[in-house]
Amino acid sequence: MNKGVRKEPSMVKQKELIANHFTRLSKARALGKKVVYTFVPGNLTELLAAFDVLPVLPEINALQSGMRKLSARYIAEAERAGHSEDVCTYVKCDIGMGMTGNVGPTGEPLPEPDLLLLSYTGCFVFMKWFELLRERYKCPVAMLHVPYQGEGVVTPEMTAYVVEQLKTEVIPKLEAVTGRRYDEARLRAALALSAKAEDDFVWVLDSAKNRPSPIDAYFGGVYYIGPIFTAFRGTAEGADYYATLRREVEERLAAGESPLTPEGQMGREKYRLVVEGPPNWTSFREFWKMFYDEGAVVVASTYTKVGGLYDQGFRHNPERPLETLAEYCMGCYTNLNLPSRTALIEKYVRDFHADGFLFNSVKSCNSFSAGQLLMLREIEKRTGVPGGFIESDLVDPRYFSEANIKNRIESYLQMIEQKRRGTTEFREQSAESPAVSRRERNGEPDGDGGRTPPIPPKHGGFREPT
Amino acid sequence: MTLAAVIAEIEKLYFDIDLDAVAAWKARTHQKAIGTLPVYVPREIVTAAEMLPVGLMGAGAQIEIIRGDAYFQSYICQLPRSTIELALTKRLAVLDGFLFPSTCDVIRNLSGMWQLLFPDTFVRYLDLPQASGAVAARYHRRDLEKLARELGDLSGHPVTNASLASAIARHNKNRAVLDRIYELRAKAPWTFPTREVYLLLRAANLLDVDDHTRLVERYIAAATRENRPVRDHTRVVVVGAFCEQPPLELIQTLEAAGCYIVDDDWVLGPRWLQGPVAPGADALQALANAYLAQSVASPLKFEPGIRKGDALVETVRARRAEGVIFCAPSFCDPALLEQPMLEAALARAGIPSTAFKYAENLGQFQVIREQAGTFSDSIRLWGAA
Ligand code: SF4
Ligand code: SF4
Repeated sequence: MNKGVRKEPSMVKQKELIANHFTRLSKARALGKKVVYTFVPGNLTELLAAFDVLPVLPEINALQSGMRKLSARYIAEAERAGHSEDVCTYVKCDIGMGMTGNVGPTGEPLPEPDLLLLSYTGCFVFMKWFELLRERYKCPVAMLHVPYQGEGVVTPEMTAYVVEQLKTEVIPKLEAVTGRRYDEARLRAALALSAKAEDDFVWVLDSAKNRPSPIDAYFGGVYYIGPIFTAFRGTAEGADYYATLRREVEERLAAGESPLTPEGQMGREKYRLVVEGPPNWTSFREFWKMFYDEGAVVVASTYTKVGGLYDQGFRHNPERPLETLAEYCMGCYTNLNLPSRTALIEKYVRDFHADGFLFNSVKSCNSFSAGQLLMLREIEKRTGVPGGFIESDLVDPRYFSEANIKNRIESYLQMIEQKRRGTTEFREQSAESPAVSRRERNGEPDGDGGRTPPIPPKHGGFREPT
Repeated sequence: MTLAAVIAEIEKLYFDIDLDAVAAWKARTHQKAIGTLPVYVPREIVTAAEMLPVGLMGAGAQIEIIRGDAYFQSYICQLPRSTIELALTKRLAVLDGFLFPSTCDVIRNLSGMWQLLFPDTFVRYLDLPQASGAVAARYHRRDLEKLARELGDLSGHPVTNASLASAIARHNKNRAVLDRIYELRAKAPWTFPTREVYLLLRAANLLDVDDHTRLVERYIAAATRENRPVRDHTRVVVVGAFCEQPPLELIQTLEAAGCYIVDDDWVLGPRWLQGPVAPGADALQALANAYLAQSVASPLKFEPGIRKGDALVETVRARRAEGVIFCAPSFCDPALLEQPMLEAALARAGIPSTAFKYAENLGQFQVIREQAGTFSDSIRLWGAA
């Protein structure tokens, strides 16, 4: 590990972008700006910008609260107020944050929404989340039902359905809230900027096909997706950020450098991994360190596709402004069915020459997690590459057991090493991993109310018991 | 038919996890059967394609989960793991296809698991609209038309407007008789104990719709003839059990703890549409419209202009219930995310409530019995929990 910590211009730029956005939000009322709450998957950033409204993304608030170590308190507040310990902790973190003043990262309260834009994309919980916020804010909700790719395709009927909803539900509600008319020319201009940023972003993601990879496509990737998944898609600043990032990665690539980590440049690349599932935010740095300390670099991840599958060719198209938004929404990763998700990970394993693939299964998220064990087995079968499985949570620190996870990652990497050397036979084992005790699952009271930290599975692979 | 005979039949059906009744129906009719996951699927279309819609609701505590647990993390509810177990132990082999409605992310992903595990089986994910108005009505009609075509192809009996209108009429009768039993139970819960009403509902999962309608009619006639003692029980509404089902013993426990259940949301699929559907000239459109306009209030469907909990308060009042029991499966996103909103509405209306969670294979009921008993006592003694 090269300990020289380097701050690249793109990092400084991103920090500024995000800080400015939150400052604008805290002044929204004073500036007379309208505020729309919406979600990352299926976000309509360009359309919102065309109406000059400011987006608030509650998932981002939750993950930032997690990184700032505030989420445990917020979750506890929500649970005290009657929210179940079983449900998504993003929701509870957001609810708890709202109950304690809705203070954003600038230390000032976030403005209340003028509209809840409920893009029902790839997650059922989104709907319940905004129903809960509707109760609190008593503001209008625009529902955008984004059909799921149940058969692995987007049909013209599905696109037409979303476009019609944009025309009859979303746009009229934005017009009513802002008092502005829909300005298609403005939308087209934003979409053109989106496509430009998307080109550069994809180039950056693809750079991980090189050896050594100049980026970490998961831990680093979550920073790279920041602007494009949030308020900056379709903006000149966003496009500029990705152009800068690309230049930096080009330089790193030319110099044969491995990814930057919080502790400087990573040492020799020993393992190339694909990761499925969101990261844990409460111990994000510790989690990342478990990988780079071992020379493991993530060359592709699915989490960085929840806000769009640009690497598979999708680009926002200014020529078809509403259709392109519809197709974008339907193409987000969690809107893909399990066979498509499985095929995508398989493709990543092959295209990025991965030594392994690891599932970080988060307790919060049924949308991601239900079915992952089968996906893992299927990918192992198709690629012959061993899969690993760990469990944690997004923002609930009770479900991040550092020692256990570290142990599991190390064992998994050793297994890859052994397989690579061909010295030990890869043993077939099953992977049941009770992050919550079986007693509690069965509705029986658990000694500590289900707060036991995860007991990780004993091994990396999944096999159906014989 | 005597009451004892009806009860014997519905008990047998409840415990028929090998789907012997479905196999018998298939042998008799030489038609196919389609498994439907909770909660709502338009069973009328399956009926119109001359197939048997078979409601799948997990396995309760009737089988040991051996392989199913290896497919799901411990923080996912029980229903999908027992459903997988049923499939892997070939207990669903009699079914010719499966419909997975957009109930939640678990059932949605289960549809993908089915596609991966059983690539040669007919599997259809049914994305019920969350939008409203004409846009949703058009989209849903198109989707139903596609489903009807696919089911017609599978069965060899194309769904026509006439066959669908006739199926709607048959299901309307079934809805009416189920409404009736709910009305009757609310009036005289001692005559129509919930254990029996519940078993009757579960029978809808396995029986041909007309057979089920007749069975409910027979039950009503037989139970009405009985002279059962009236007890000093508290009238409650049970909420949250619309998908994974509580064990039968849990339902009995609630009754034994002093609760008359006067409304509930279990086995909601056959009761999803409120009131009859008028097939009109375009039966597919009628079904699509009915989903948009006649769905029961539930956590599963987005309702634009409706305040959460209003429908529950209305039910409590209409059924003259004295309290609400929230009884939801562990890890059930729709039920558990909805619950705080419903609790708030009840609190505003001054209606007492209590809450617990279960899994379909729960084996101990003492804690729940005490909780329900205390709740019921507190209402009876002091008029509030
Ligand atoms: S369930 Fe998953 S996708 Fe849905 S809000 Fe929670 S973390 Fe996000
Ligand atoms: S019990 Fe709840 S979470 Fe589980 S499958 Fe049913 S609706 Fe989904």
